[in-house]
Amino acid sequence: MIVQFRRFAAAAALLSAGLAFAPTVDAKTFRWANAGDVSSMDPYSRNETFLLTFNSNIYEPLIRRDKDLKLEAALATKWGTVNPTTWFFDLRTGVKFHDGAAFSADDVVFSYKRADSGGSNMKAYFASVKEVRKVSDSRIEIDTKYPDPLLADKLAAILIMSKAWAEKNNTVTAADMTKNEENFATRNTNGTGPFMLKERRAGERTVLVPNPAWWDKPVHNLTEVIFTPVANPATRVAAIKAGDIHMMYEVPPADTDNLKRDANVAVIEGPETRIVYLGFDQERDELLESNIKGKNPFKDKRVREAFHRSIDVDAIKRTVMRGQSFPTNLMVAPGINGYNKALDNRPSLLAPDAAKKLLADAGYPNGFEVGMDCPNDRYVNDEKICQAVVSMLARIGVKVNLRAQTRNLYFAKILRKSDFKPGETSFYMLGWSPAATYDKHNVLEALFQTPNAQSKKGQFNVSGYSNAKLDELANKIESETDRAKRDGMLAEATKLYTADFAYIPLHQQAVVWAARKDIELVQLADNSFPLRFVRVK
Amino acid sequence: MLAFILRRLLQSIAVLLTVGIVAFFLFRYVGDPINAMVGQDTSMEERAELREKLGLNDPAPLQFVRFIGNAAQGKFGLSYRTSEPVGRLIVERLPATLELALCAAIFAMVVGVPMGVYSGLYPRHWISRVMQAVSLIGVSLPTFLIGILLILVFAVMLRLLPSFGRGDTVALGGWTTNFLTVKGLQALILPSITLGLFQLTLIMRLVRSEMLEVMRTDYIKFARARGLSDRAINFGHALKNTLVPVITIAGLQLGAIIAFAIVTETVFAWPGMGQLFIQSVQFADIPVMAAYLLLIAFLFVAINLVVDLLYFAVDPRLRSNVGAGKGAH
Repeated sequence: MIVQFRRFAAAAALLSAGLAFAPTVDAKTFRWANAGDVSSMDPYSRNETFLLTFNSNIYEPLIRRDKDLKLEAALATKWGTVNPTTWFFDLRTGVKFHDGAAFSADDVVFSYKRADSGGSNMKAYFASVKEVRKVSDSRIEIDTKYPDPLLADKLAAILIMSKAWAEKNNTVTAADMTKNEENFATRNTNGTGPFMLKERRAGERTVLVPNPAWWDKPVHNLTEVIFTPVANPATRVAAIKAGDIHMMYEVPPADTDNLKRDANVAVIEGPETRIVYLGFDQERDELLESNIKGKNPFKDKRVREAFHRSIDVDAIKRTVMRGQSFPTNLMVAPGINGYNKALDNRPSLLAPDAAKKLLADAGYPNGFEVGMDCPNDRYVNDEKICQAVVSMLARIGVKVNLRAQTRNLYFAKILRKSDFKPGETSFYMLGWSPAATYDKHNVLEALFQTPNAQSKKGQFNVSGYSNAKLDELANKIESETDRAKRDGMLAEATKLYTADFAYIPLHQQAVVWAARKDIELVQLADNSFPLRFVRVK
Repeated sequence: MLAFILRRLLQSIAVLLTVGIVAFFLFRYVGDPINAMVGQDTSMEERAELREKLGLNDPAPLQFVRFIGNAAQGKFGLSYRTSEPVGRLIVERLPATLELALCAAIFAMVVGVPMGVYSGLYPRHWISRVMQAVSLIGVSLPTFLIGILLILVFAVMLRLLPSFGRGDTVALGGWTTNFLTVKGLQALILPSITLGLFQLTLIMRLVRSEMLEVMRTDYIKFARARGLSDRAINFGHALKNTLVPVITIAGLQLGAIIAFAIVTETVFAWPGMGQLFIQSVQFADIPVMAAYLLLIAFLFVAINLVVDLLYFAVDPRLRSNVGAGKGAH
C-alpha cells in the first residue's frame, strides 16, 4: 500500500514538475520569503521597518534613501530651506499614479495630513511640523514650529498616496481600530512606485508586477514578484535550498554555516543600524529587585563601570552570536549621522579582582544580587546574550536573577508608563535604531534626556539616566542648523555618556540574508530590502 | 432524535461560553498588544490613547461581555495586527485548514483501516510486524520533525514536491481550493501525510486490537461453522462490529486534526487558521485569538454531534431505544 502510494505521489510530482518548473525565457519571477507578513498595505498603519520597506516598492516618498542610506531625489527633485523654519520641496512633474492619475502638490498635502491624523502610526514624524502648504502644483512649503534640520530625513519615511483615489474609496484616514469596518487601503494600493500590487492575500502571498510607467529607469529586471511569509526558520532554509524561493531573510544564526556550504546559495551579511545594549535603573533610590536596601548601587558610576568592563562583547560575538555581531561602545551605528569612529573605543576589560575592587570601593565588597529583564523573541539570541552576561557578572560577585520572557510581556513590564512613571526593572536589555531620522539626536532625545512628561523627552530612557549638561546639549542640537557645529555637539554628547557609563552598548547584530546565486540584490544597513535593485540572472 | 439534537445544541452554547471565559482569562497573560501594534518611536500619549480606544483598560469581565455581545451579532472586530475584519481573516483561512484536515483524515482512514484489518487478521505475518514497527515511529516522532524530514527528503533532496505553501489555488466563490490544480494537489501531499500520520497509526492500532478481539468471539466461530466466506465474516461481521469505537476516535480526531494543524501549518507555511492563530499569539492579537478559539470549540461540539448521530446509523440497538422513547443516552 505504501509502496503504491509513493509511486503514485512520485509520478504525480514528476508530471507536474515538468509543467511547473519549465522556464520561460523572458519571465523573471522573483520569489522571496520573510518570517512575517506585511501587516497592512496602508503605508501609515504601522511605523515598522518591514511594512515601510515593503510598501516602498509600491508607494514612494518625496525623498528616498539610496544604497548607502543617503537621501536622494524621488518625488521631489529639489528641496531646502527658505528660512530656518520654512522648507520648500519642488515636485517632480509628469509622474503618474498606478491608476493613471497625475501626481501633484495636492497629493502631498493630503498624504501628510493623512499621516498625521486618525489611525496613523506615523504622527511622531510630524512633531515639528506646523503647516504644510501647496504653493503651486509642483511646489509645497512646510512651516516648522522650530528650526528642524532633520525634516527632510523624516519625510523620507512618509510615502505619498493619491488624494483622488483615497477620497473615491473612502480611505482619507488610516484604519481606525475601534471601528468594525475595514479600511480600503489595508488591501488595495495606488502609488507611484516601481511596482504595482497585483494580488494581496494576507498571510498567504502578495504578488507585485513592475510599473511600466515608472518615472525612474529601473535597475531591476523582474516581471513578477511573489512574496510569501514563511514563519518557521527551518522551512525557510529548506525552501531556499530546494530553490522554491530565490531569497529570504532573516537567516537563523544556527543555519548560516549550513547555507554557506550550499553551492547554489549566497549568504549576505552586514551590520544592522540597531544597537543592542544593557541599561540599569538609575532613577529609584532603592532597586526593585535587589538585596541591597535603602540605596541604589547603579547610581554609583563605579558600579556601572565595573559592569561595563566585565562584559566581554568579543566573547559574546564568538560564542553566542557565532561571529554575527559587530561590537561597539557607542549608542549609534556607522551609517547614522553622529556616529564617530574616533570615539568608538571600548574601555579594556577588567580582571575579576580589579572589578571586585571597584565594587568594594563603591561599598559592595561582597557584590550584590539584582534582577535582570530580557526579551526572548525580539533580538537575535537575546536570551542567550543575557545568560552570558549573567555568567560574566557572576565572576565579579554579582548574582543576576534573569527573567527572560516574550516581548509583549517584556515591554509592558519595563517601559515607562503613560504618565512617565518608570517601568518595573532594575537591569535590562533593549535595542534601538534611530529609524525615523538616521540621526543621533533621536537617540539622545529618546534614551538619554531626563524623562519629562511635559517636554516628552526621554520616553525610552528606561534607566532614568539624567545629566543636565547632556539635556541642554540635546536641546541645542535639536534646532541647530549649522552642520559642523551640530556634529561638534553630537561628539561632545557622545563623550559625556561614554564617560558616565550610562549604558552598556553591546553590539550591532548582523543582518543575515540568503539568496540563490543567480540573484543580485542590495542589502541596506537598516535591514530594508528595496526590490528596485533586484536582478535575476 | 430532535430532542436529542436540541439538547446537544443547548449544551454546546454552554461549552462555547465556557471557552470564551477561559480564553479571556488567559488573554490577561499574553501581554500588552499595544507594543506589538506600534513602532518603537510611538509616544506614550498615542499608546495610552490607543489602549483606551480599544477598551484594554476596562475590567476583563466588561471586555468579555462586550466581546460576546459583538460575537453574537457576528462582529469580531478588527485584528490588532493587520487591521482587517477578524471574521473575514478566519473565513479566508478556513478552506486551507479544512482541505488539509480532510486530506489528512482521509489518508489516515484509507490507509489506517486496511492496515489495521490486515494486521488484526494475520497478527503473526511479517507484513503485520513491519506495520507495527512503522506505526511506532508515527506515534513517537513529533509532528514538526516528521514535517521537516519529509521536506528534506522530498523537496530539498529529491526536488519532487514543493517545500512549503499551498501551491496554486482556484477560487470558487469565497472558497479557495487546492483540488483543481496539479501544483495545489502536489502541495497537499507532504502536509497531509505529516498531519495524518499520527491519526493513521492510532486508527491502525485501534482497528487491529478491535479485530483481534472480535475474531475471538463466539459469533465469528458460528459464522465460520455456517460456512460463510472469509470475506463475509471479516468485513460483514467482524469489521462492522469494530466500527463504533473507530468512528468515535476518528471523529474526535478530526477535531484534533483541525485544532492541532497548527504545528503542521507552521512547518509548511500553510496559510490556514492554525498559522493565523500562532501569528496572533505572537502579536497578542486578542480579537483573532478569541474568535479562533470559539470557532474551534464550535467545531468540536459540531463534530461530536455528528459522531453521536453516526452511532444511530451504525448501531441498531440505539435506534430501537429511541423508538421506545427512552432517549439515546
